[in-house]
Amino acid sequence: MANKLVSEMRLPPHLAHILAARRLTTAKDVLSLPEVELMGVLDAGIHTARAAVAHVSEIACPPYQTALALLEAFRARGDGRLATTLRGLDEALHGGIPAGKLTEVVGPSGIGKTQFCLKLALLATLPECYGGLNGRVLYIDTESKFSSRRMIEIGEKSFPQIFRQEGLAQKMAGRILVLRPTSLSEFTKSLEQMKVTLLQHDVKLLVVDSMAALMSSEIEKSATGLRQHPLRWALSFLKSIAEFSQIPVVVTNQVRSQSNDDGYRYSFEVEKKYDSNNAEGFESHLVAALGIQWAHAVTIRLVFEAHSGHRYIKVAKSPMTPAVAFPFTVESSGIILLSDEGIDVPSPEITSIRCQGENVLAQ
Amino acid sequence: MEIADLPIATSHRANLLAAGYSSLAALSAASPPRLARDLSIEVHEAEEILKVAVGANKSKGADGPSTSSVLKGVQNAWDMLSDEQSRRHINTGSADLNNILGGGIHCKEVTEIGGVPGVGKTQLGIQLAINVQIPVEYGGLGGKAVYIDTEGSFMVERVYQIAEGCISDILEYFPHCHDKAPAGQEKLKPESFLADIYYFRICSYTEQIAVINYLEKFLGEHKDVRIVIIDSVTFHFRQDFDDMALRTRVLSGLSLKLMKLSKAYNLAVVLLNQVTTKFTEGSFQLTLALGDSWSHSCTNRLILYWNGNERYGFLDKSPSLPVASAPYAVTVKGVRDAVNSNSKRVRVM
Repeated sequence: MANKLVSEMRLPPHLAHILAARRLTTAKDVLSLPEVELMGVLDAGIHTARAAVAHVSEIACPPYQTALALLEAFRARGDGRLATTLRGLDEALHGGIPAGKLTEVVGPSGIGKTQFCLKLALLATLPECYGGLNGRVLYIDTESKFSSRRMIEIGEKSFPQIFRQEGLAQKMAGRILVLRPTSLSEFTKSLEQMKVTLLQHDVKLLVVDSMAALMSSEIEKSATGLRQHPLRWALSFLKSIAEFSQIPVVVTNQVRSQSNDDGYRYSFEVEKKYDSNNAEGFESHLVAALGIQWAHAVTIRLVFEAHSGHRYIKVAKSPMTPAVAFPFTVESSGIILLSDEGIDVPSPEITSIRCQGENVLAQ
Repeated sequence: MEIADLPIATSHRANLLAAGYSSLAALSAASPPRLARDLSIEVHEAEEILKVAVGANKSKGADGPSTSSVLKGVQNAWDMLSDEQSRRHINTGSADLNNILGGGIHCKEVTEIGGVPGVGKTQLGIQLAINVQIPVEYGGLGGKAVYIDTEGSFMVERVYQIAEGCISDILEYFPHCHDKAPAGQEKLKPESFLADIYYFRICSYTEQIAVINYLEKFLGEHKDVRIVIIDSVTFHFRQDFDDMALRTRVLSGLSLKLMKLSKAYNLAVVLLNQVTTKFTEGSFQLTLALGDSWSHSCTNRLILYWNGNERYGFLDKSPSLPVASAPYAVTVKGVRDAVNSNSKRVRVM
C-alpha cells in the first residue's frame, strides 16, 4: 500500500493534478510529510492539504477484518502448525511451531539448535498423515552447518517405516532447497525473490540458520551507528513473508556474554541485592545476540541452554504459554525430550541463557 | 498569528507581504476585488484568503464581539470537573492495575504501555479489546475495539481464549445472568466479542500513518468504538524510518491526531511501545523506545516489568495519579491479579 501510485487512486481531479505537479507519486510520498510541510510542498492552503491526506489515507489504509473473521479463516485454513514431535514442547506450543509467525531458536554453540532445525525441515516434507506439512522447505544456511547426511540419518531413525521404502528418502530430501548466502546483501536479494519462489514451489517452512551470522560479518564493514540498519529491513520482510505465505518461519540466533550481571533496569527499579554466583561457579550467563529490538519482533522464542548437568529447551516467550523448560538430549534420531512434563521457569531466568562451558562441547 | 503564519499557499503569503499587507488588520480591511488586483489572482481566491484572515483576526481578539463567540470550543474548569467525574474506565482484568490507574484505562486519554519482550504487552492489549465490550449491565462499557497490529502479534486463538476467560468470570460473579433476556445471553459468547474487534494489519509506517488519518472517518461510520489499540506504535518507525528528525515530526503529528480522536469520540487510545537502552549517568538503562520527544505525546504511561518472579506495572506518568506500582499475572484466562497479591481480592468486574 505504501507504494500505491497516486495516479491510480482516482482522486478528485484538482487534487490529482496538484500532487502530480509536485511529483508526489506514491502514498508514501504524500503521507511521510507533516501537514505543514505538505502545505509547503503543494503551495496550497490547509484545506487542500488535509483533503489530499484524507483521500490518500483512506485508499492507502489496508482493509479491516473483525477478529471473528480472522478466527473463521484460521479454522477453515487449519492452524498450519508444524509439530516438532517433541510431545511436551508441542503441547506447550499448542500443536507446534505456528504458521505466520517468527519463531526464534537461540542458544550457545554446539547445544543442538541446528539438530532441531534439521528435524523440523525433515518433518515439514512429510505427508500430513505422518504429522508433516507435505511441502517444500527453504533452508537458508549461513554457517554451512546443513548436513544432508545427518538429516537422512535423523529420518531413518525417526521414521524407519517411511525411509526404508524405496526412493522415499530421495523424495523427502529433494523437497529441501538449501541456499547459502555469504553476505547480508546476498541474503536480502534472496529475500526479495522469495515471495514468488514460496508460492511457485509450495514451500511450507522457511529456516534461517543463523540470522546472527549475517550480522556478524556486516558489523565489520559498517560504522557502528549503522549496525542495526541492514537487519531491520530483513526483519520486517521475514515477518511479512511469514504472514503472506502463512508458513512457519524459524530463525536461529547466537549468544553473547552478558555485560552486566544484573542486566538492564529501568531508572525506577531499585538496586537488586547482589546474588553470589559461587554456587554456580562453572556456569556463565549469556544473552541472545541481536539485542532487544530483535527480541521484540519474534513471536516465540525457544532457548537452548545447559545447567545442572542437563540440556534444556526453554519456551522463553510465547503468547500462548507461560515460561516452561524441558530437559533434552541429542541422539541419532535427533532431539529427544527426557521428560514431557515442563519445569516452570522463574521469571528472572527467562531471558538469561545458562551454559556450563566446556562440558557441553565435551558431551 | 501574523500573515506569515496563515494557513494559505506559500506563494500567496509571499505576495501579500510584497504588496504591503503587513498585518492581519490591514489584510482584513481589504476588499476582495482590491486584493485580487494587488496579488494578480482571481476574486474567489481573494475571498478565500480574506475569509481565513478575518477568522484569524477574530481569534486574535482585535475585534471580538464577545468572549464566548471568539473562543470557540472552550470549556470552563468547573464543567471540566463534572466531565472528568463522569468518565468511563476500561477494566484491565487486574484489580491492582486498575487501582493504580484510577479505575482502569481512561477514555478521552492516550495511554502508553511499554515493556521488555515477553512481559505481556500484547496480552494486555488483547485483554482491553475484550474488556471494553463487557455489557453495561455487568459493569462494562458495552463498546467495540479497533486493534491496529503492526507486529503480527495478534493471535486470534489467544483472543478467543481470553474472551472465554472474560465470559466465565462474568458468569462467576453474576450467577443469575442466565435469567436475562435472550439478547443478553447472545452477547456472552466468545464469537460476539471477536465480532466487535476491528482488526487492521499494518505492514509499513506509511500504512500506519494512513490508518490513523483514516480513523476519523472510520469511527464516524462505526459507532460505539470505545478503544483504539496500536500494537506496537514503535515497530515500523523503528525498523524502516531513517530520517530521525522527520520521524519525530511525523510522530508528533500522529500523536496530536490520536489525542483529538480520543476526545472527539470519547474513546481510549492505548499505544503499546517497545523498549530500548539508553546510556545515562555512566550506565545503560532501559527506557521506552522512540525517544524523549515522543514521551510527551501520552497522557499516561504504564511500564510493565519483572520484579523478582512477578509481573509488575509501574505508573510512570500521569497528570492526576501518583506514581505507583502493582503486581499482575498473565493466566490462561488473560490478565488477572497475581495469585499471591497482598491486596484483598476484589471482583474483577
